[in-house]
Amino acid sequence: MINFKRFILLASVFALFACSNVEETVEIPNADTSMDGADDNVSTQGMGERAPVTITTGGRLVLDGTDQEGSALSQQTIYFDFDSAEIRADFAEALQAHGAYLVDNPGARVRLEGHADERGTREYNIGLGEERAQAVRQYLMLQGASSIQIATISFGEERPVNSASNEMAYRQNRRVELVYTRAN
Amino acid sequence: MIRRIFFLFFIFTALAQAQLRIEIRQGIESPLRIAIPGFAGEPQLSLLLDEIIEADLANSGRFYAMADNELLSFPTQPEQVNINDWRITDTDYLLVGQLDSDSFENLRISFQLFDIVRGEQVLGFRLSSTVNNLRNSAHRIADIIFQELLGIDGIFSTQIAYVSESTRNDQAFFQIVIADIDGTNPFVVIESSEPLMSPAWSPDSRKIAYVSFENERSEIYVQDLATGFRDRVSFRQGINGAPSFSPDGTQLALTLSGVDGNLDIYILELDTQRLTRLTENYSIDTEPTWSPDGDYIYFTSDRVGNPQIYRVEARPRGQIERITFEGNYNARPRVSPDGDSIIVVHQFNGDYRIALVDLETRITQVLSEGQLDESPSFAPNGDVVMYATREQGRGVLSSVTSDGRIHQRIASIGEDVREPAWSPYALR
Repeated sequence: MINFKRFILLASVFALFACSNVEETVEIPNADTSMDGADDNVSTQGMGERAPVTITTGGRLVLDGTDQEGSALSQQTIYFDFDSAEIRADFAEALQAHGAYLVDNPGARVRLEGHADERGTREYNIGLGEERAQAVRQYLMLQGASSIQIATISFGEERPVNSASNEMAYRQNRRVELVYTRAN
Repeated sequence: MIRRIFFLFFIFTALAQAQLRIEIRQGIESPLRIAIPGFAGEPQLSLLLDEIIEADLANSGRFYAMADNELLSFPTQPEQVNINDWRITDTDYLLVGQLDSDSFENLRISFQLFDIVRGEQVLGFRLSSTVNNLRNSAHRIADIIFQELLGIDGIFSTQIAYVSESTRNDQAFFQIVIADIDGTNPFVVIESSEPLMSPAWSPDSRKIAYVSFENERSEIYVQDLATGFRDRVSFRQGINGAPSFSPDGTQLALTLSGVDGNLDIYILELDTQRLTRLTENYSIDTEPTWSPDGDYIYFTSDRVGNPQIYRVEARPRGQIERITFEGNYNARPRVSPDGDSIIVVHQFNGDYRIALVDLETRITQVLSEGQLDESPSFAPNGDVVMYATREQGRGVLSSVTSDGRIHQRIASIGEDVREPAWSPYALR
C-alpha cells in the first residue's frame, strides 16, 4: 500500500501517460482522520491465536443548553415517509430553527445521521439514509448554513431505534438525527 | 496513512459466540436412505466420525440417516456385509468404515460405500488424518459420498462468514464470525461496538473484506485471517461500502459517494490504490458483485425510480445494461459459480424474497418463502443458496437449494445473525 503523497505522484504520472483514460482514474480524498479512535482500543488476532479484534468508541457529544422545552430547536430528529427523502411540511419549522442557529453560530457543527427502516437490502438502505441526510443538509444550506458546518453520515438500517418489524417501528426508524458536535 | 494493527495477546472469552443449529424445514420427498453402522476403532473417535458424516448428509436434506434401531447388523468390514440385511430394511446405501489409530498424529481412515440396490461396493477410500483434523476428515468423507451419489461437489468442508449482533452492557455489539458450514467452530474475526457490515471472502479464502463504522463513518477493511492484520483499504470522504473481490483477488469493486455525494460503483486496485469509476448517475448505484469470468460487475441501481439489477463491463467506459425487468424491487445480486444466473432480493406480493434470475432467459424464480429475506449467497457448488431472514423477532440464516426444493433453517442461540457469505472452495 502507498501513502497519500506517493499516490498523488503516481496519479499525476498516470494523467500524463494515460490520456484516453484520465477521467476514469479518479482521486477521492480520504476522510479527516484526526478524530480516529485510539489504537489501544483495538486488538486483532489471527486464526491461530483466537482473540477477537475489539473496537470500542466513546459516547458522542450531545448539545444541551439550546433545548428549551417545546422549542423548534429541541426537535432534533426528522422523520420520513417510506422510500422517500422528501422533507415533510411538519418538519419545516424545526429545520428552519436549526438553520437559523447555524447561521447565528458560525462555529457550530452538526452531523446529520441518516437512517432507513429494515425493509430491503442493507447497502441500498445506506444509500437511502444518505439521501435523507443530504436532503436535510440542502434544506439547512438554503437557510443560510454553510457547508463546512454540516457533516453527513448514513447508518442505513444498522442503527434502528426500534428493532421490531412493524409499521410503528419502521416509522420511528426512517429518520435523520441532528447531532451537534460543536455548539458555537 | 495505512493503519497497521499488530497482534496483541488476548484471552479468548467463552461467552463470545453461540453455536449455530441446523434444522431441515422441508426436505425432498424421497431422500436417499443411508446406513452408517459405525466405524471400527477407538470408540470416541469413531463416534465423532459417524456423527459428523451422518449430520452432514442428513442436513443436506437429500439423505435420511438410518437410526441404529433400524439396522439388522453392524458390519465393520466389507466382508461382513450381508446385502439381504439391507434390502429388507429398504436401505439404499451402506457405509462401512475402519479407523486405525496408532497415535494422535497418525490416524488411518478407510471406508467402503455399498449400493444396496446393485448389491455391490461402489467406492473404497483411504485417508490419513490426526485427532485434531478428524472433523475435517469427516467432512471430506461426506463430500466424497455426496459427490459419488449425487454428481454434485459437496460443500461440507466449506465455511460461512456472517454478522452477529448481540447486546453487551445494554448496548448493541457487533461481530463478524466465521463458522464451519455445520455451524461448529465459530471464530470471531472482529468485534466492535459500532456496526459491521458486508463481509466478503477473497477468492483464496485468506482474507475477509468488510465495512466498519468504528471511526464514526463507513470504511472498508481487508483483514488477513491467519494473522489478524487489518488493512484499511478505503476511508474516502463520504460512503465506503459493499466491497467485492475480483475473481483474481487483486481488485475490489465497491461503492463510494465521495466525489459528488452520490453513490456510484468503482473498482479499486488493491496494490496501487488506483480507482476507476464505473457509474456516474444521480441514482443510488451500489452492491457491486463480479461475474466469475471477471468481465462484468452486476449491481443495484434505482435509476428508473426503484431498485433493479444492472451490469457494467468491468473496465473504464464500460457499457451498462439492465438485467431485471420483473417486479418493482430487485437488489443485491450475486452471480452463480457457473455464471448462468444471479440470485437477488426480489419483492413478491409485498414480501422480500430470494429469487433466481436466469441470465439468458431472464426468467425469475422465487426460491424462498419469508417476508424479510435478504443477503443471498451461493454455495461454491452453485447448488444451495444461503440467506438471512427474520423469524419471531430474531435474525436467522436459512438456505434453499437453487431449484427451490429443500429448505433449511440455521438458528443461533442468543444473537441475531445475518449477512451470510459462503466461502469459496480454496483451502487456506
